[in-house]
Amino acid sequence: MATLLRYLLILILLGAVAFWFLTRPQSVDADLFTGLQGDPESGETIFWAGGCASCHAAPEAKGDARLVLAGGYRIESPFGTFIAPNISPTAEGLAGWSVEDLGNALLHGTSPEGRHYYPSFPYGSYQHMQPQAIADLKAFLDTLPPSDATSLPHEVRFPYNLTRGIGLWKRLNMTSGWVLENADTPELERGRYLVEALGHCAECHTPRTATGGLDRSQWMAGAPNPSGKGRIPAISPEKMDWSATDIAYYLETGLTPDYDSAGGQMVSVIANMGHLPKEDRHAIAAYLKALANN
Amino acid sequence: MKSVLLLISGLLVAGIVATTAFSQDDIDPAIASAIKARQSHMHLNAFNLGLLGAMAKGEISYDAQAATAAAENLAALARMDESRYWPSGSDMETLGVERTEALAKIWAEDSAIGESAQRMIETSAAMATAAGAGLDSLRGAMGPLAKSCGGCHEDYRVKKD
Repeated sequence: MATLLRYLLILILLGAVAFWFLTRPQSVDADLFTGLQGDPESGETIFWAGGCASCHAAPEAKGDARLVLAGGYRIESPFGTFIAPNISPTAEGLAGWSVEDLGNALLHGTSPEGRHYYPSFPYGSYQHMQPQAIADLKAFLDTLPPSDATSLPHEVRFPYNLTRGIGLWKRLNMTSGWVLENADTPELERGRYLVEALGHCAECHTPRTATGGLDRSQWMAGAPNPSGKGRIPAISPEKMDWSATDIAYYLETGLTPDYDSAGGQMVSVIANMGHLPKEDRHAIAAYLKALANN
Repeated sequence: MKSVLLLISGLLVAGIVATTAFSQDDIDPAIASAIKARQSHMHLNAFNLGLLGAMAKGEISYDAQAATAAAENLAALARMDESRYWPSGSDMETLGVERTEALAKIWAEDSAIGESAQRMIETSAAMATAAGAGLDSLRGAMGPLAKSCGGCHEDYRVKKD
């Protein structure tokens, strides 16, 4: 009996050590950003392509006010409500962050204090970002207007409020490969980077598995709206028959082929896309059409 | 002959049943008619915008006269008095999404719908001037005009499936 108890204790201990080991927050290699100079002008393109303002600008901010990254946007989900933090260059935001800190956040979902961020911050997509893009983005974020708005804590229930478990989520769901494996033209490669990495389109347009990761077998096939009623529409070629021109024009103007206009969250996405060069919107369209051959 | 009569009377009965089903509308006919009017107005917007969009996309060739005509229609539509389109109680929360996608916050105290409508008047007037002055000029006016559509749809229309 005593042997069995000891055996069980050892098993529990081993389990705890394994959990601790498996759920450690990861960070970037020390030399990832060595020698990289951030260019704020390129960083602005990254900023709009990445859709940062859609969550980090104050809710309902329009025009230039979308450059004040005060936070406060609420993302409702089955796990609770996530509240986007202030990421403006102030003490409440990213003041004091190094480019490595930003790299850890975007590539590994790890905070400067070494904690896991919730995947409502879409690092599952941002993990594909190039180091130069992160350096550029950092340089651009540093130029933005300050806000002293307080970052509010997420309203998340037990057990989801124990962030260590997010390490397991990452192990299960952070897949480093591209979905579109063959991007054999520069345009497709750019489109893939814009859609799968920066634009993080799949985070809403792809349904999720039981563990809350993206179901890559149903890529862009539409999904329930995590923030309420209705569905996020499918944008995969099997389910959406818009031409590439239609898609690019929609991303520029918000006008559908029927000349209805975008509503809801897509209005904010289109405001972001309008800041990109025309070639980028066409690259996104080319990518979506190319999914048919995947 | 008998079967023809039977068929006719059958059709008549079906017609009556169908009409009764339709007229058993539980909503105020005045509200139903206002909703129909504003939705028709939206169709007219889309119809005229569609010509400008097709030119901007390069799907049809640019025609200054046709573009100006469509743009002037849009400008006229934007200037129309819409106060009778929006009776109170004609919102999605009251009537359900099958009847209308217009959110109740349109009627709220702090509603900015008037400013959005004003922007539509300005951007469609700008398009009426720009549309005849070449394709690039038309394309340039399209952005602000489309944005004024989204300005309302973002905040005041229920998120669609």
